[in-house]
Amino acid sequence: MEDIRLDAQWIDYLLIAIYFVFVLGIGWFAKRGISSSIEFLLSGRSLPAWVTALAFVSANLGAVEIMGMSATGAQYGMPTMHYFWIGAVPAMLFLGVVMMPFYYGSKVRSVPEFMRRRFGTGAHLVNALSFAVAQILIAGVNLFLLGTIVNRLLGWPLWIALVVAAAIVLSYITLGGLTAAIYNEVLQFFVIVAALLPLTIIGLNRVGGWDGLVAKVSNDGMLGAEQLSSWPGEQLSGFSNPVLSVVGIVFGLGFVLSFGYWTTNFVEVQRAMASKSINAARLTPILGAFPKMLIPFIVIIPGMISAVLVTQMTKFKQIASSVDEVTAQSQTGVTYNDALLLLMREVLPNGLLGVAIAGLLAAFMAGMAANISAFNTVFSYDLWQQYVVKDRDDAYYLKVGRYATVGACIVAIFTALIAGNFANLMDYLQTLFGFFNAPLFATFILGMFWKRMSPTAGWVGLVGGTLSAVAVFVLSETGVFDLPGQGAAFLAASTAFVVDIVLSVIVTFRTAPKPAHELRGLVYSETPKTDFEDLSEPKPPMWKRPVPVAGVALVLVIILNVVFG
Amino acid sequence: MSKANELTKTAGAFDIRNFIGVLLGIFGVILVIAGMVDYTPDEAERTGGIDANLWTGIGLILTAVFFIAWARLRPIRIIADESTEVGDGNEATDGTGTTETGDTRA
Repeated sequence: MEDIRLDAQWIDYLLIAIYFVFVLGIGWFAKRGISSSIEFLLSGRSLPAWVTALAFVSANLGAVEIMGMSATGAQYGMPTMHYFWIGAVPAMLFLGVVMMPFYYGSKVRSVPEFMRRRFGTGAHLVNALSFAVAQILIAGVNLFLLGTIVNRLLGWPLWIALVVAAAIVLSYITLGGLTAAIYNEVLQFFVIVAALLPLTIIGLNRVGGWDGLVAKVSNDGMLGAEQLSSWPGEQLSGFSNPVLSVVGIVFGLGFVLSFGYWTTNFVEVQRAMASKSINAARLTPILGAFPKMLIPFIVIIPGMISAVLVTQMTKFKQIASSVDEVTAQSQTGVTYNDALLLLMREVLPNGLLGVAIAGLLAAFMAGMAANISAFNTVFSYDLWQQYVVKDRDDAYYLKVGRYATVGACIVAIFTALIAGNFANLMDYLQTLFGFFNAPLFATFILGMFWKRMSPTAGWVGLVGGTLSAVAVFVLSETGVFDLPGQGAAFLAASTAFVVDIVLSVIVTFRTAPKPAHELRGLVYSETPKTDFEDLSEPKPPMWKRPVPVAGVALVLVIILNVVFG
Repeated sequence: MSKANELTKTAGAFDIRNFIGVLLGIFGVILVIAGMVDYTPDEAERTGGIDANLWTGIGLILTAVFFIAWARLRPIRIIADESTEVGDGNEATDGTGTTETGDTRA
């Protein structure tokens, strides 16, 4: 890869430095509120909904997503919006309306812990271990990408960037725990918007406004006007038939992949669990849906602008579409992933450039911090306390949480170094961990609504579903059948979902269910409605209640789909 | 650290809205100054004739004022609670569920 050296001046470094003073300052201030493990690992369940909602969005707004989504925007245009409007918002609303009452109401401290209470230790161990390992690996990948970016933008050696970034994340999380991670995610959200919103507006100004962008994109001589409407998105789904493409996007991306990710991923759910009441917990993903549906405008549009404005990017796209991406990369020295950086270099003045670099660095570190803070909770409560050293006082587990954080950061540095040498291996591993999500969603949703479902069915379904996804993936990789684009991932996830449900049903009828009295708070029919309400507060007004607010979000996302369809 | 200590402390010092406000405010002031004293022809060419630093700076200062005013007008109130159980009475009554915040600057 070639350098994309940004011409950062002292004013940019000043802004970046100020930002990092605040990042560490948050860790320092948050530390003063921590006296128990629940405060360290779950923020004492005291945060207001708007804070956890922004953290919920930010935890997923790592630089991988920002760079990746603007890259896909540069490549395909508006169909990329599906990753937000179809692939995130509906699942977030579902999490808030349907699933959060179980997570928060049962007072579990993690998603794997819910698994243990509902299905016992078999399913719990599978879930907790795979989650913990996946988080460390993903933290490493995030860290590696951060190192690469710092290296290419500012010319720092990779290992220095790795160690400095890990040290910063480590210091604010060991000091301030989840509160520090969440507050930093909120701060990061504003810095990212402060960087990307002007970038989008200036970029639009340079291409002659919205009309100018439309004209340039329609006449780019490649995909043309197809890039201006999100549906049917054949390029994105890889299906050439428009009907199949719509079905593929709605069921593959919108249902199986996104529900699996958003509703069971503890990195996300943990943000909601940190909120102060069951109402705030349910509002977390629902309020988060509003910024989530607007973010693509400041991420995907800049990618599209970059592809028609920045000469290097335009040239790359032309060669990529007439020959292939490898040739294009060797001739221009860039890839789609550089779309956003190239636009930043092209249009941002010094000053704003500093804000943008701070925002990107923040996004990388927040991504890593989110993985680490979810990891240390699962490690302390679900692995260490459950299986290794039981029944110690809380101070002990607070200490375990802090050591786990240190350990995770060190392992992440080494993972990052490995990731640098085996890029493909890391891709495969990430895909593999993605396979755990689809069956998880099937198991959770069955378990929450079907009281007969037995503990054995819990782990059998999970293991069977995951293995079937891996099998589909291996078959398509080895060329036994050939599915274009995202087709293989959609099919693998769907297979996992179906296999999980079928296996769970078969096994349930052959094994003993859990006694009904143990299912309160865990299964819908066994839980009194009042468990899902917070009786200590007066009933909130309409506009602070989860279901009406979710309704508004749903209507808005439908309008967006129609307007930009 | 006793609950009573937390009561006096949390109510005043650590409110994320102040953090956001101060950081964005500092950023805003720096950008406004840069936009006023250092708006070069090269920069005008980059941005297509907008003094981007100045306008972004102004936007950031306004956002900063919003957050600090919000924190001043509706400070966090802590209801002391003897219980040290999970989910105790750390009631932060500061505009929970403010749907508008999601949209004001997005």
